[in-house]
Amino acid sequence: MYLTLLSIDWILLVEKAILIAIIISVSLLVAMYETWGERKVAAFMQDRRGPNRAGPGGLFQPLADGLKLFMKEEIIPNSSNRFLFVLGPGLAMLTAMMTSAVVPWGSHFHLFGRDISLQIADVNIGILYIFGVVSMGVYGVMIGGWASNNKFSLLAAIRGASQIISYELAMGISIIALLMITGSLSLKTIVEQQQQGHYYVLLQPLGFLIFLICAFAECNRTPFDLSEAENELNFGYHQEYSSMKLGFYLFAEYVNMFISSAVMATLYWGGYDIPFVNDASFGQANGQNLLAILQVVSLFIKIVIFIFFFMWVRWTIPRFRYDQLMRLGWKILIPLALFNMLVTGFLVLLRQNHWHF
Amino acid sequence: MAPLTSRARSVDRKPMTVWERMYLPAIAKGMSITFGHMFKKKPTVNYPEKTRPFSPVFRGLHVLNRDEQGRERCTACGLCAVACPAEAITMEAAERLPEEVNLYREEKYAAKYEINMLRCIFCGLCEEACPKDAIYLSETFAPANYTRKGFIYGKEELLIPNPVTQPEEFAKAQGNRAK
Repeated sequence: MYLTLLSIDWILLVEKAILIAIIISVSLLVAMYETWGERKVAAFMQDRRGPNRAGPGGLFQPLADGLKLFMKEEIIPNSSNRFLFVLGPGLAMLTAMMTSAVVPWGSHFHLFGRDISLQIADVNIGILYIFGVVSMGVYGVMIGGWASNNKFSLLAAIRGASQIISYELAMGISIIALLMITGSLSLKTIVEQQQQGHYYVLLQPLGFLIFLICAFAECNRTPFDLSEAENELNFGYHQEYSSMKLGFYLFAEYVNMFISSAVMATLYWGGYDIPFVNDASFGQANGQNLLAILQVVSLFIKIVIFIFFFMWVRWTIPRFRYDQLMRLGWKILIPLALFNMLVTGFLVLLRQNHWHF
Repeated sequence: MAPLTSRARSVDRKPMTVWERMYLPAIAKGMSITFGHMFKKKPTVNYPEKTRPFSPVFRGLHVLNRDEQGRERCTACGLCAVACPAEAITMEAAERLPEEVNLYREEKYAAKYEINMLRCIFCGLCEEACPKDAIYLSETFAPANYTRKGFIYGKEELLIPNPVTQPEEFAKAQGNRAK
């Protein structure tokens, strides 16, 4: 009798393992082609052609880049802390990948008589989990800079860490305003609410703007890429890194970009919801599996648009100076986020009171 | 003092308006500019596949010419070497043997003819000096080399392919400039 308590749903485990493998490989693949896309977008915005030698349209360029990084000599400086030096890029990559666990990539497939959810874990504190993991991303930067035993790397790491921590505050407060409306921390519930009602960007435009700016800062992307300011800090915290360890740092940045695009799409732009289509009735008419595929495609289109936006901003806006960065974070974004939170709270209370004071 | 040009502009030190201090409109404007550039025509020429046409007065690597029967025109008179301001040209003359009549056009020919491409300034004075139309500058340029020695071009590099046996290569080497 007690054995039934211990019995594990093995098929569920297999299902989740396959899902994890797919999501990890897809996010690595997306990150690979983000590097290609970044170079193409940069080139087109500067009236150039971009990589076009390896394969049609330069499509095999990421493979060539990866191969190059693998073939390079791996240098660990004598004066560095060896353990931390190796740990740094691994940690950066790990935290970048972990966030994808709670993002719902689609509703669910109906295969072999089972409903296979396209979310690795529907945690009821999904957003908190994301925040926890994202703030761990600071360690990747910080440990890398510290272990290099190099003044520039350390300076860059401190810059990066303080930047990420400052912008996390404004990000958190802007999310609180959203949570007052949703009343749930589970990302799946948030998407389902948006499927029935409006996309939350319509209710929270200011919150979305703040979240977007903070996402740029969290991903260490231009205009907030002070931690790798190559012209002042010699490539910042990954200056001493070579070979694939450097590749991991660069790659983690692109994975981060992918995941934060996914989070933004999920929180504010309806996640896997197909725009202008009633998903539930479409699913009944055309089958659940087709619906799930289209939902995944829809989410990925949203993600790609966000990624393009990330690149677009990067190749338009110059880097902030450090004091400007801190002033924007602490003196503008946090008061704005607080204001947004108060107004939202006021309106939510008013609505509960049926619009009577 | 009167300004030297009409381009001088006084610096505007007015404090920014609220609209300007919001930054976002300015950022949106900048982003629209970069987005517009994505659809502009690219000035790039895909080099190895496509090449830009040379200008009609382009002066490239030297070619030692042959006549229509494939005989070398050069008589090793040395006028090109004298005309050369960079002193890049050296040559050694030799007398034509009776069985070499179909190789060289006149009784004297250049047994050795060398141009140092590192010294050459591609001025084209050798071309002007030559009484036999034997040397002219083509539409190619010297490729990179690992040693200085590699830039001293001898007769095997300079001689144009034979128009009788290799007409295609001859036409290619001659280019559009020789006429």
